[in-house]
Amino acid sequence: MNIEFLANFVYIISSILFAFGLKFLGSPTSARKGNLLSATGMLLAVLATLASGHMISFQWILIGVIIGATLGALVAFKAAMTQMPEMIALLHGCGALASVFVDWTAYHVHGASDLTNSITLYLSIVIGGLTVTGSAIAWGKLSEKLPGKAILFAGQRLLNLGLIAGILILGVMFILNPARYDLFLIILGLSLAFGIFLVIPIGGADMPVVISVLNSYSGVVACTTGFVIHNTLLIVVGALVGANGIILSIIMCKAMNRSIFNVIFGAFGAVVKKSASGEKKEAKGISVEDAFLILENAKSVVIIPGYGLAVAQAQHAVRELGEFLEKNGCDVKYAIHPVAGRMPGHMNVLLAEANISYDQLMEMDAINPLMENTDVAIIIGANDVVNPAARHDKSSPIYGMPIINADKAKTVFVLKRSMATGFAGIENELFYYDNTRMIFGDAKQTVQALVAEFKSGQH
Amino acid sequence: MELIYLLFILVLSVFLGFALISRVPPLLHTPLMSEANAICGIIIVGALIAAGAEANSTLTIILGTSAVALATFNVVGGYLVTERMLKMFKKKDTTK
Repeated sequence: MNIEFLANFVYIISSILFAFGLKFLGSPTSARKGNLLSATGMLLAVLATLASGHMISFQWILIGVIIGATLGALVAFKAAMTQMPEMIALLHGCGALASVFVDWTAYHVHGASDLTNSITLYLSIVIGGLTVTGSAIAWGKLSEKLPGKAILFAGQRLLNLGLIAGILILGVMFILNPARYDLFLIILGLSLAFGIFLVIPIGGADMPVVISVLNSYSGVVACTTGFVIHNTLLIVVGALVGANGIILSIIMCKAMNRSIFNVIFGAFGAVVKKSASGEKKEAKGISVEDAFLILENAKSVVIIPGYGLAVAQAQHAVRELGEFLEKNGCDVKYAIHPVAGRMPGHMNVLLAEANISYDQLMEMDAINPLMENTDVAIIIGANDVVNPAARHDKSSPIYGMPIINADKAKTVFVLKRSMATGFAGIENELFYYDNTRMIFGDAKQTVQALVAEFKSGQH
Repeated sequence: MELIYLLFILVLSVFLGFALISRVPPLLHTPLMSEANAICGIIIVGALIAAGAEANSTLTIILGTSAVALATFNVVGGYLVTERMLKMFKKKDTTK
């Protein structure tokens, strides 16, 4: 029994701990234990690798660990909950870049020994390269350093086809002749460029899918790198992460009634035609005072948050409003659409941050049957996910998308800045319904004004 | 020959991943994703070997050290941010 065998044995234990970590994420009560188990598995894997005797010098390792750990801790503690989507995008990119560097080192030192090796190396740098730049663009869009909308330009398809063709042709040449260092670098460069052009035409509300797909890729890269350096632990973990990204992508696409292919390659903007509805109906506004009177008499209220809630940072004000309503004997629930926000689960995290009990957070399928018996639905910063046109208007681009049936509530309040359309650029007929009242203004200020009404009403 | 064993591991791990992750509720999808980021930092295992090998050029030193830094960033950042998020998910009874 040698040290190499022992290291691999520890890898098995680490894999088990990672698997249990994910299993415990199945419930909020056991999730933290899962995270701890998973971190323990990681520590064991690192220690086993350090002890395995592959390393000669430790000075560079130490420098790398210190830099990475400091920055990681700093970012993890500083990031606000509204910034989680961009933080996740950043982590996707860093993981993929690390994989690419490991592949590159392996190639630089050992070259590609056989056919399997050159194929996996090729796949690894292509997927790794496009994940790095794709994540960087996603990060830029989510942190608003880049325009969040879809960026389209003439010849975009042609350019993408050219890049794909280049990556494929050079790939075959490289696999047949893996000693060509120049090809290795060009393929890496093309893949990096491809990642940019893959993500810039995807905008706003499609970001949950982009993040999930990139998550999957970052797992696949870890996996292919595992094949390159013959490391079983990388393959296991890469497969777990890859499966995670695929599942989340499927859930997100189902929630938008679109295929992954359509999200990634068919820019949504192209489908949208201005649905010119005949008569111009008038949306009815309501003052905060009148809204308060209705809420005061409501027995059940469902709050439907969307990305606008995150933008206005209104989660704490919303929790306050919810508490006042409950004190008033009202039943308060929160209805969360799977694609509300910019990433899977975004709204849940924001509301949890505001100290809202998680058993009040309802999934779409659970809340819809209850909507008819709801007195007031308050829509905060959501638009397309409550548009009834998705149910009946076959000409609507969002037809068929599952929505939260806010319109079935007795009264619907819509908190909105203006009558502007949502991401999909379509009019929301809900705003013109007889039971809908618009409350214009900043979501946070409106909610705070409602809270103030409740406060003054107590005296 | 070794390739077939590696593929074996890959296929079974994918099934394991699907089985485990499809049971995570949408409530926890954001922490799930940051957890995935953290375990994806397992690439640190490869990075350590790359950075600790006999230095034969400046390039490998730069690549290896950067890989270690990036992977550590994922591990530390991923686990800490997951922990921060999970701490926030509370039921009413425990908060009051």
